[in-house]
Amino acid sequence: MTDRYLQIDKVRMVFETKKGPFCALEQIELDIRAGEFVSLIGHSGCGKSTLLNIVTGLLRPTDGHVFLANREVTGPGPDRGVVFQNHSLLPWLTCYENVQLAVERVFGASEKKAALRERVRRALELVQLGQARDKYPHEISGGMKQRVGIARALSIEPKVLLLDEPFGALDALTRARLQDELMRVVAATGSTVLMVTHDVDEAVLLSDRVVMMINGPAATIGGILAIDLPRPRDRIALAGQRQYMALRAELLDFLYRKQMKEAA
Amino acid sequence: MGAVPATVHTLKPPRVEIDLAPAMNPASAVPEKPPYVRTRAPDWLPRVLAPLLGLGLFVALWAVLAKAGGRLPDPVSTWNSAVDVFSNPFYRKGPNDQGIGWNVLTSLGRVGIGFGLAALVGIPLGFMLGRFRFLSDMAAPVISILKPVSPLAWLPIGLMVFKAANPAAIYVIFVCSLWPMIVNTAVGVRQIPQDYLNVARVLNLPEWTVFRKILFPAVLPYMITGVRLSIGVAWLVIVAAEMLTGGVGIGFWVWDEWNNLNVQHIIIAIFTVGVVGLLLEQAMIMLARRFEYE
Repeated sequence: MTDRYLQIDKVRMVFETKKGPFCALEQIELDIRAGEFVSLIGHSGCGKSTLLNIVTGLLRPTDGHVFLANREVTGPGPDRGVVFQNHSLLPWLTCYENVQLAVERVFGASEKKAALRERVRRALELVQLGQARDKYPHEISGGMKQRVGIARALSIEPKVLLLDEPFGALDALTRARLQDELMRVVAATGSTVLMVTHDVDEAVLLSDRVVMMINGPAATIGGILAIDLPRPRDRIALAGQRQYMALRAELLDFLYRKQMKEAA
Repeated sequence: MGAVPATVHTLKPPRVEIDLAPAMNPASAVPEKPPYVRTRAPDWLPRVLAPLLGLGLFVALWAVLAKAGGRLPDPVSTWNSAVDVFSNPFYRKGPNDQGIGWNVLTSLGRVGIGFGLAALVGIPLGFMLGRFRFLSDMAAPVISILKPVSPLAWLPIGLMVFKAANPAAIYVIFVCSLWPMIVNTAVGVRQIPQDYLNVARVLNLPEWTVFRKILFPAVLPYMITGVRLSIGVAWLVIVAAEMLTGGVGIGFWVWDEWNNLNVQHIIIAIFTVGVVGLLLEQAMIMLARRFEYE
């Protein structure tokens, strides 16, 4: 059962457009183990975000099913923690209140006020934002906002953490720091993660497996690359390591040689 | 000993040397510094000066027109009359002769009631129209037809229904305040970024929480814009409505002074209406600023 914790079963997605039906995803089969970190990588428009939105429940697949811990996903729900690309914090709530909104939704009925406060506090501490709890989103940096987004997603103790290009909008240095932070947080919480990215280094550094998507229309999985680098991983030590470079080269080869040729 | 002053001289900071140069040696090649320091006018000066100049020109033009003949009273006599009117704004000598303070307050009261009722109806209606496409399509033709109608055209219907002047005037204010409030609230609801709604969806927030934590704060700035437009229109309309309905009120006062041929009072009323309208507008802008995010 833990081998098939998150199960994506023959998912097909067809959008109705003005020019007729458009098949965005075809025959997607993917099983993710509990505690596994899986990345979806591919060129923009390959349907990786569509697939993530199907797992999120914001989109219903045309055919096929998604199961999470043996229960079918039929819509969005707080058993999945979502981090959006553009932080999506509510600007009229402080960092604390943004996390509190999620915590109260999930635990508000079953726990006392003090326990809820403790949960919000712990979530913010986890991403090292204890100091910024009373700041509004416009008062903190882009990286900090994204960290609040991660805290909000993790605060509800989700079965799976879903990340949609979480660091895409950040500068390279901030992105590196947040990747390290995410690795630490995921290791500490033992989370199962599905992340969409278009960054090869990010995929290799963070993932246990990288799912390579073939460009649409009718996008599907082109291959799965196992990243069996030992953890904890250190980006500086890895940078010169042969195994890391080989994995990176394989991903680049897939994305820029095979995919570009097909597109041309 | 004689060499010492020269050494000291060269050790002096250059700026001081230049300052002293013209006094000590007028024929020096060092460029002379003017005896005065060129200063710039403070930044606030033109910003204060320009409006004052504008007002001054306006009054001057008015004085010229008044001098040219006709029945237009000149600024000085109007000013004296205004001092007289405002020295006792809250007197009551029967229903048709009351101080300007009472007239303004009565008009503001009507605007307040009519506008308040419009907010009670218009804001929830705007939310519903913004949230549900079908309702919005249903309401669109009615709102489109009724919105451009002069609010005063509703007055006879108000008089017919209420059989009294005061509720009819309030009703006209209600009608004219309603449209901006509905339309702006609905636009605000439709403008809510999808990201915020996705947060609500992935957390499966209950509808009431979505309203309190996401819809309402996101729409508030638009709502305040609607309120500001409504108050502006209401204040425009109340003067005209009161001219027609009579009783107490700044609009009625204008008409009454016209019947008395007291043109000075009419001009005073015009300025009073303008100043009150300006204050209402400024108050709303301050309120809007309070709810700006980012």
